[in-house]
Amino acid sequence: MQTYTFPDESGKYGKFGGRYVPELLMPAVLELEKAYEAARKDPSFQEELNNYLTEYIGRTTPLYEAEQLSKHLGGPKIYLKREDLNHTGAHKINNTIGQALLTLRMGKKKVVAETGAGQHGVATATVCSLLGLECIVFMGDEDIKRQKLNVFRMELLGAKVVGVSQGSATLKDAVNEALRYWVNNVHDTHYIIGSVVGPHPFPRIVRDFQSVIGTETKQQSIEKQGKLPDAVVACVGGGSNAMGMFYPFVEDKEVALYGVEAAGKGVNTNEHAATLTGGSPGMLHGTFTYLLQDEAGQIQEAASISAGLDYPGIGPEHSHLHDTGRVTYPSITDEEALEAFQLLAKLEGIIPALESAHAVAYACKLAKEMSADQSLVICLSGRGDKDVEQVKAKLEEDSNGKA
Amino acid sequence: MGKHKLENTLHQIKATGKPLFIPYMMAGDGGIDQINERINFLEECGASAIELGIPFSDPVADGPVIQDAGLRALKNGTTLKLVLEEVQKQKESRNIPIILMTYINPIWNYGYEQFAKDCDAAGVDGIIIPDIPMEEEEEIAAALSDQSIAFIRLAAMTSPDERLKKIAGMSEGFLYAVSVSGTTGERAQHEDSTINYLEKLTKLSPVPVLAGFGISNPDQAKSLAAYCDGVIVGSKIVHLFAEGNQTEIRELIGETIK
Repeated sequence: MQTYTFPDESGKYGKFGGRYVPELLMPAVLELEKAYEAARKDPSFQEELNNYLTEYIGRTTPLYEAEQLSKHLGGPKIYLKREDLNHTGAHKINNTIGQALLTLRMGKKKVVAETGAGQHGVATATVCSLLGLECIVFMGDEDIKRQKLNVFRMELLGAKVVGVSQGSATLKDAVNEALRYWVNNVHDTHYIIGSVVGPHPFPRIVRDFQSVIGTETKQQSIEKQGKLPDAVVACVGGGSNAMGMFYPFVEDKEVALYGVEAAGKGVNTNEHAATLTGGSPGMLHGTFTYLLQDEAGQIQEAASISAGLDYPGIGPEHSHLHDTGRVTYPSITDEEALEAFQLLAKLEGIIPALESAHAVAYACKLAKEMSADQSLVICLSGRGDKDVEQVKAKLEEDSNGKA
Repeated sequence: MGKHKLENTLHQIKATGKPLFIPYMMAGDGGIDQINERINFLEECGASAIELGIPFSDPVADGPVIQDAGLRALKNGTTLKLVLEEVQKQKESRNIPIILMTYINPIWNYGYEQFAKDCDAAGVDGIIIPDIPMEEEEEIAAALSDQSIAFIRLAAMTSPDERLKKIAGMSEGFLYAVSVSGTTGERAQHEDSTINYLEKLTKLSPVPVLAGFGISNPDQAKSLAAYCDGVIVGSKIVHLFAEGNQTEIRELIGETIK
């Protein structure tokens, strides 16, 4: 029997979530909720979605047994859920394809999105190109400088990329601008939000589209080892790959769940993105959740080597799972993530995204406390090609510093 | 004080047949010590009430002019607490009603009940919160109601009639009719549908209806005020204050209410 039924009718996960948006957006948010409910129950929508997931994105993704990594750590059997093998190289497209199909169902022709590193922007531009939707992506000027190639990718895919100079000119400000654009164009535009954040029903929709990750993992784990894994580890910025992985396991209490936040230069410094470890509840971007903020309620900048985790909020459902204790949320520093990035490349021939490297790094710690008859799944949310240049520069800088 | 003061003041002005004019100013832009000075100046220009904006790091309902003013105010060290302290200084001598416009997160961090009490102590008469739709208002509405502070609701052009009716029925002091489908900031002109929307709201609203967003000159202000009870002007006033052009603020208000 299903006992976990969040969100409730008002879009709350316990006390978190909700719809803290201007009245102007409420009709669109309510329309989206209705359209999603209808689509969810419509077999033809599910069939169409599954067809794209299989034929276009390349699912099912493997649950790969990382023998070398397991041997190296000497603990449990370690599996990698290979979301990096999806078309466009990350889990993001599981959500964008679903929301783009919803956009068509609502009779809208235009899509707006925000992006940090560019992964969600590329995944959105890709499905818009596929389905003939007009696409506009807001991206902070600072991020545009750091991720020039992804900007070109999006443009190649036919999207219009608009730089955001407001505030810190990073992801948080790109979300603000995307929301403002939506406020100004809500009659013909859908907002494809990139994570399990924003006003209800976005956190729920994104979770549902991403839960293909956890559903496949459960089934594959049973096929491969006749049982569920003992632990599951995923990285958390906004938290969409983690939520998609965790949700199907929420009621399987014997499976320990770990959402790994980015500790940046350390959670005791001002430069981190560990919202649950170092933040407090408040309202941002339409939802009530843990945030990095000062005493007066002004939102602070997040910082992480990984642009995809560089967000001062977190999905409201994670806040709920944190407060109820169902999921544990440790954090990993830039340095630890960089080590794991190199370790996985050397041992398994897989270069993980810097985001996913946070999950790998924590799994390495966790493995030390586990035994050989146990198993651990790491959600490898994306591939690291996009990060290679940045890592090269960082490692050179570090070795010069030491010399 | 509070809700009754705001209602009475607006009624008295309405009875003269003149349109209501509420200017918006960003608290702390130009310095925290400018808050009372600017309030007094706007009152002297003929404002019906003052909408005092509290800066927020992520103001999603605002266009570039108010965003920038908010960032300047934050750099000046402006906080909700400091603004309330400043406003309290002139509580006894001030006649004009004061309305705070703030996003919900600074109030949440302040504490809803404490906020309402401190507003009452400072002589704040009404509150506007742009990111609280009726679905999320219960707790803050109760706290404001306990202190008899007017909770001014916002209506949008995208709201269906049923919602508009509910919003108008709940609004206290006046109804804030957002008169563009978008964020704050100057617009060359309003859509034709704005007029129908204002007429509709005026018919169903038990409280005065004021149009706001996108209004930047006396002609625009007068043409919209013809279909409702008055106007709110934000970005233009903020811009003129930042430029030090108080003469044009005086003309803008004076021309509109003439």
